[in-house]
Amino acid sequence: MSVLLQQLANGVIQGALIALIALGYTMVYGIIQLINFAHGEVFMVASYGGLATFTLLPDDLKKSPAVALPLMFVGGILVAVVVAVIMERFAYRPLRNAPRLAPLITALGVSVFLQEAVRVFYPNAKSNLPYPKVFPEGNLTIGSVNISWTGVLLVVLSVGLAVILQTYINRSRMGRAMRATAQDPDTAKLMGVNPDRVIVLTFIIGAVLAGVAGIMFGGYLNNINIDMGFQNGIFAFTAAVLGGVGSIRGAVIGAFIIGLIKTVAGQYMPGGTQYDYVWIFVVLILVLVFRPQGLFGEPERVRA
Amino acid sequence: MRKHSVKSAAIVGASLLVLAACGSNKTEGGGTTGGSCDTSKGTLTVGVVAPLSGNLSALGVGIKQSAELAVDEANKKCTVPGFKLTVSAQDDEANPAKGAQAATKLSTDPNVVGVVGTLNSSVAQTVQPILRDKKIPQVSPANTNPSLTRGNDFLTAPKRQFDNYFRVCTTDDLQGPYAANYLVEKAGKKKIAIITDGKTYGEGLAAELQKQVAKKGGTIVGSEKVGEKDTDFSGVIAKIKALGPEAVYYGGEYPVAGPLSKQMKDAGLDVPLMGGDGIFDGKYIELGGKEGDLATSVGAPTESLATAKAFVDAYKAKFGKEDYAAYGAFSYDAANAIIGALGKTLEGGAAWDDSKRDAMLTNVGAYSGSGATGEVKFDQYGDSTNKVLTVYQVTSAKWKDVQTGTFTG
Repeated sequence: MSVLLQQLANGVIQGALIALIALGYTMVYGIIQLINFAHGEVFMVASYGGLATFTLLPDDLKKSPAVALPLMFVGGILVAVVVAVIMERFAYRPLRNAPRLAPLITALGVSVFLQEAVRVFYPNAKSNLPYPKVFPEGNLTIGSVNISWTGVLLVVLSVGLAVILQTYINRSRMGRAMRATAQDPDTAKLMGVNPDRVIVLTFIIGAVLAGVAGIMFGGYLNNINIDMGFQNGIFAFTAAVLGGVGSIRGAVIGAFIIGLIKTVAGQYMPGGTQYDYVWIFVVLILVLVFRPQGLFGEPERVRA
Repeated sequence: MRKHSVKSAAIVGASLLVLAACGSNKTEGGGTTGGSCDTSKGTLTVGVVAPLSGNLSALGVGIKQSAELAVDEANKKCTVPGFKLTVSAQDDEANPAKGAQAATKLSTDPNVVGVVGTLNSSVAQTVQPILRDKKIPQVSPANTNPSLTRGNDFLTAPKRQFDNYFRVCTTDDLQGPYAANYLVEKAGKKKIAIITDGKTYGEGLAAELQKQVAKKGGTIVGSEKVGEKDTDFSGVIAKIKALGPEAVYYGGEYPVAGPLSKQMKDAGLDVPLMGGDGIFDGKYIELGGKEGDLATSVGAPTESLATAKAFVDAYKAKFGKEDYAAYGAFSYDAANAIIGALGKTLEGGAAWDDSKRDAMLTNVGAYSGSGATGEVKFDQYGDSTNKVLTVYQVTSAKWKDVQTGTFTG
């Protein structure tokens, strides 16, 4: 029993990380119907941005986590946002009216470009880099279940930001503009919405969330590498598809489902941890057979 | 005049070669005559295939630079009459497919006389056949999987696999059991959990350890696998923790092992993690390897070996730091085996062409020298006759050797 609870806790933490990235996939898809495969790399550069911020801090600031950690978030998110805006402006906007396949292939190209750029230009990025110890140490222990405080923080941030995002899109003026653009860009334009602004904002929001995820990933797992964006990007993309691409709630719930399947199936299914990825995709296929639009695909269709 | 100086250089070179052949190849005079060797017949290349980028690059760069050192010294000592030697290092990114490309590139160059590499056993599997087809000797400083030389039935029916393949390090069918003996008998850990990364090296090593643990009266409480690119091991750790192991053995390399050790401790599973030569690197500790963690590695500790001192000093003088890593001394010996065999093949000033390749293979197989890791010699399968292993432990954030010996059953 205690093992099951521990695995559930592990699954929720993994799900929380994937959810933060999956939101970026699902929002961009909702607005411009583009699977932005480079989004995982935005998450990766944010992690390196945070690490670079820490490295550049003066020595006395490095020793006080209360100052260093927020600055790392600011640095990491800033890098993620700048990369996302440049990516949108120079890689995707010129292709706005091109056939759907062109931006998709471009996204793959941007992904490879960012990964290699970090590998070549970031010092020592050829191998894993340890992440600074500025995160809360120690564990939260409930009964026999151990959860690190960084994990708790990750879950709180993930769920909190998802709720704020959902409220922002449903209630705010800009959120309404986003929904309008998602439904019909041409009509939205006639109503006075500037689609370029809406699209840039969507990329920025996605980058902020990925930035938070990037810093928390480093803190939770203590080291980062240039492959992290690809690996977690695949999970996040799967989560978005599972939940119904375009749906905010779907992306978050899809992410938690994936996190839980990974840990629980690794524990109880035949083959153990060797086959945990298999079960994730078995569930994905089953869901897509019976609900091709994903779990929350059609009825909600907030489309960011 | 010019001809005359070439001639005298050849004489100096030849006499040095005789000295080298006598085994006293530490003649300081070799250094001063540098540049005056006869290199009129052109340039020959020693290939290196190792991960020069990626997670394992710390080990790969150590291999490359140590080979360069050996080649440099040979050039100074005019070990190969009439030729200048160079190193052509190819990056395999620890990836078998990339390794195949690297091997193909080297094998199409008629001047490549031999290859030092690879680091990974899985990469060796794709490199071996490519180099064999061109009869290019391959001497690995680091492959420890026994099937590379003796086939899948290496214990019961060993059979030479590739007549061009040699290695200067010992193998996992000794390393695994040696680790098991230490873990069960010395450290008193009877309940052991195994985690592997699914690659040739890690799986083979863990399988050999598992057999010996059972023989010594220990139990394997569970076996799990992690993906090579996984980063969050909480699921695996929770599963293993419930089985109450006294130690965890990891079959794989340090990019996964370091974070794994740290996450084990964070999850409340504070037992030592042990691994093989794949985790024996400073980077392991940097990435989260904790105090008390153990590793076996091939050979005796480089710093304490009398024969290695000259290598370490020369390496430091050339590269400024001691980053030769776990396989530097082995790589230096591997390169010297190739160079030594080449010197013998071209003895008396013969020219290099493809017809020399058979003799070259024979000479590598028959090579015998005293190197940085001790005696360098190959048995009938291409394995090293040097079977020494060392257990290291993380002490005050450094690897410290705790036991050196050979596996005796």
